[in-house]
Amino acid sequence: MSETPDKQTNQPPKNSRLVQKLLLGAVGMFGFGFALVPLYDVFCDITGLNGKTGGRYAYEAAEVEVNEERLVTVQFRAMNNAGMSWQFEPMVRQVEVHPGELTEVMFYARNPSSSTIVGQAVPSVSPFRSADYLHKTECFCFSQQTLLAGEEIDMPLRFFIDQDIPEEITKLTLSYTLFDVTANFQRATSSL
Amino acid sequence: MSNIGAIDGHDAHHDDDHHHGPAKGITRWIYTTNHKDIGSLYLWFSLAMFLLGGTFALVIRLELFQPGLQFVEPNFFNQMTTMHGLIMVFGAVMPAFVGLANWMIPMMIGAPDMALPRMNNWSFWILPFAFTMLASTLLMEAGAPNFGWTFYAPLSTTYAPETVTFFIFAVHMMGASSIMGSINIIATIQNLRAPGMTYMKMPLFVWTWLITAYLLLAVMPVLAGVVTMMLFDVHFGTSFFNAAGGGDPVLFQHVFWFFGHPEVYIMILPAFGVISEIISTFSRKRLFGYDSMVYATSSIAFLSFIVWAHHMFTTGMPLAGELFFMYATMLIAVPTGVKVFNWISTMFKGSITFETPMLFAIAFVVLFTMGGFTGLMLAIAPADFQYHDTYFVVAHFHYVLVPGSVFSIMAAVYYWLPKWTGNMYDETLGKLHFWLSFVGINILFFPQHFLGLAGMPRRIPDYALQFADFNMVSSIGGFLFGFSQLLFVFVVIKCVRGGKKASAEVWEGSHGLEWTVPSPAPYHTFTTPPPIAENAHARVETKGDV
Ligand code: HEM
Ligand SMILES: [Cu+2]
Repeated sequence: MSETPDKQTNQPPKNSRLVQKLLLGAVGMFGFGFALVPLYDVFCDITGLNGKTGGRYAYEAAEVEVNEERLVTVQFRAMNNAGMSWQFEPMVRQVEVHPGELTEVMFYARNPSSSTIVGQAVPSVSPFRSADYLHKTECFCFSQQTLLAGEEIDMPLRFFIDQDIPEEITKLTLSYTLFDVTANFQRATSSL
Repeated sequence: MSNIGAIDGHDAHHDDDHHHGPAKGITRWIYTTNHKDIGSLYLWFSLAMFLLGGTFALVIRLELFQPGLQFVEPNFFNQMTTMHGLIMVFGAVMPAFVGLANWMIPMMIGAPDMALPRMNNWSFWILPFAFTMLASTLLMEAGAPNFGWTFYAPLSTTYAPETVTFFIFAVHMMGASSIMGSINIIATIQNLRAPGMTYMKMPLFVWTWLITAYLLLAVMPVLAGVVTMMLFDVHFGTSFFNAAGGGDPVLFQHVFWFFGHPEVYIMILPAFGVISEIISTFSRKRLFGYDSMVYATSSIAFLSFIVWAHHMFTTGMPLAGELFFMYATMLIAVPTGVKVFNWISTMFKGSITFETPMLFAIAFVVLFTMGGFTGLMLAIAPADFQYHDTYFVVAHFHYVLVPGSVFSIMAAVYYWLPKWTGNMYDETLGKLHFWLSFVGINILFFPQHFLGLAGMPRRIPDYALQFADFNMVSSIGGFLFGFSQLLFVFVVIKCVRGGKKASAEVWEGSHGLEWTVPSPAPYHTFTTPPPIAENAHARVETKGDV
C-alpha cells in the first residue's frame, strides 16, 4: 500500500478538519430531511394549505357570538379509501349555518363485511383557505371506529364556523376519507 | 479481471523509485487505495450496470413493441421500469462520473492521489453489495420493487411488495457510498491542489465536480432520510406518509423531490465539465467564457434547490406555488443557455476535427439542448397538466440523460482511454459506435414526444391502438441503440488489450496537466507537485492554443 497523500503533502490536520465539517454537514442534512416533516405541518398550518382542519376546539357558548347576518353553506362528503368496504355517508348533504352557531350533523357507517374492521376518517376542507375557520368540537374523526361484522353506527360531528370567516367565502366542503386501519390496529394491540 | 489489469499497464514502475507498482492478482483490486485503480473499478462497475439496466429497458421496449400483453405480466413490467430507472441513475450514471473523478481529478490538479484513499476504497466496495442486494429481489417470490424509481408513498409503503426493505437498505448503502465519495472529492480539490493551481485555474471538469460533490453532500442525506421514514412506516407503524394515521403522502413527494431535482443536476453538471474539456481540445481553442462557466454552474446548483415542486404541479398546489416554481424553473434556462452559448462560441472559428469524443460532444450540445427545451415546456405549469405523467416527460428526461449524461460519459471514455491504457482506440469503430448510437437514440426517443403529446401515459405495459406505430418505431430505435453498446464494449476491451501507442499529449489540441504525464499514466503521478504556469488561465499553456 502506498503512503497516503496526507504524509506526502503534510496535510492531515487540514484534511481531518475539513472532513469533520463535511460530515457534520451531511448529518445536518439528514436531520433537515426529518425536520421537513414538522416544517411541512407548520407551513400547512400557517398558510392553511392542504385543507387540514385543527383538532378538538373548545366551544364556550358565552364567548362565541352568533352572526345572524350571514349564512354559510357547509357541504359534506364521505368516501372510502381504496380497499375499505364500509358503507359510509353523511346523513345530511348540506347545511346552512350562521357563523358562530354550533351545529350537529350525523354520519352513517355500516360494516357489510363478515369480519371486524377498524376505520379512521381523515378530514379535509376546501377551499383550503376556509380550513382555519371551521372548528370541530366533536368529531368521529378524532378517534378510530371499530365495527363488528354487520354492525352499523351513527357518528356525530359538532362544529361551528368562525365569525371571522372572510366575506367572500360563502360555501365550503368538508370531506372525509375513510381508511381501513385494521392492520395497524392489530399491530398496535399485539405489541402491547 | 485480466482486462482490468491491463488498464494501467504493468510497465509503470519508472516514474518514482520509492514507489512500487500495483500488487498482483485479485487482492490488488480489493485492497487498493490507488485513485486510478478505484477509478477503473468504478468505471467497469458502471459499465456492468449500464448493460444490466439496458437489458431491463429492452424488456420494456419489447413489451411495448405492439399493443396488447405479449411477453411479460404487468407487475413484472412495473418491476422492469423501476429497476431500469434505479440501476441507470444510481448504478450506471453516478458511479461512472465518480470513476472519472477518481481517475482525472488528481491528475488534473497535480495531486498524488485522492485525499482519503482508504475511504475511497470503501466508497467503491459498498456499491457491488448494494446492487447485488437490490438485484437479488428479482429472484425473490415477492418480486423486485415495482413502484417506480421515484417510489412514491403509499405505493412504496402500504402497497409495496415485501422486498421494499431490501430496496431501502440498498439505497442507504448507495447513499453512504456517494457521501463518502463526495467528501473525498471535496477534500482532494480543496486541499491537494498543486501550488499555483488556484481555483480559477482549475479545469472545468474539476470545477463542475466540486459543485456536484456539494450537491451530493446536501441531498443524499435527505434521500437517506426519506427511505428511513419509509422503513419506519413499513415496519414500525409510524405514519409519516400514511394519511390514515395523520401523515401525508404529498409530504413524501416534497421530500423526495427536494432530493430528486438536485439529483438530476448531479447527473449533468460533471457532464458539462467533460464537454467543456473536449470541445476546447478538438476546436483547438481555449474554452470561451471560462469564468462565466464557473458562475453558471454555481447558479444552476443553487437554483436546483428551489424548483423541486415543478414535479408536483398537479398535486393541488395553490396558485402562488405554481407560479413560483414555474418561474424559478424557467430561470434555470438562463445559466444553461450561457453554457450552450459558450460551447458554440468555443467551436466558432476553431480548427475543428471530428474524432469520436468530439462527435459525442457535439451531439451532446445539440440533443441536450433539445431536452432543455422540452424541460421548459414542462415548466409551464398550466401546460404541464397536459404533459405530466405522459411519454412527453419520458422523452424529456431521456433526452437530457442519454444523449446528455450518457453521451458525455462515452465521450470522456474515448477522450481519456488513450491516457488510461496507453493505446489508441479504434477510431473507425469508435465513429461507427457513435453514429449507430446517435441514430438509434433519436429513433428511440423522438417519437416518444409525439406519443406523450397525444396522451400516452408513462409506466404502462399496454396502450391504445392509436399509439401503435410510434411505439414500434421507438422500440426499433431501442434495439438499435441497445445492441450498438456491445460495439462500445468491444472497442473499449480492444483498446485495453492493445493498439497504436498513444503519445503523452494524445490529442493535438490537448491542454492540462493530465496530458503532461506519459501514456499510459504511471501508477503514481505527481508525487511531487508539478509547476503551474504563471500565466495559465484555467490550464497549462501548450502548443495547441490559438
Ligand atoms: C432547462 C432545464 C430543465 C427544465 C426546465 C426541466 C423541467 C422539468 C420538469 C418541469 C419536469 C416535470 C415534468 C412532469 O413530471 O410533468 C421534469 C422532469 C424530469 N427532468 Fe427535467 N428539466 C430540465 C433539465 C433536466 C436535466 C438536466 C435533467 C437530468 C439530467 C432532467 C431530468 C428530469 C427527470 C429525470 C425528470 C422526470 C422525473 C420523473 O418523474 O421520473 N431535467 N423536468
Ligand atoms: Cu426537476
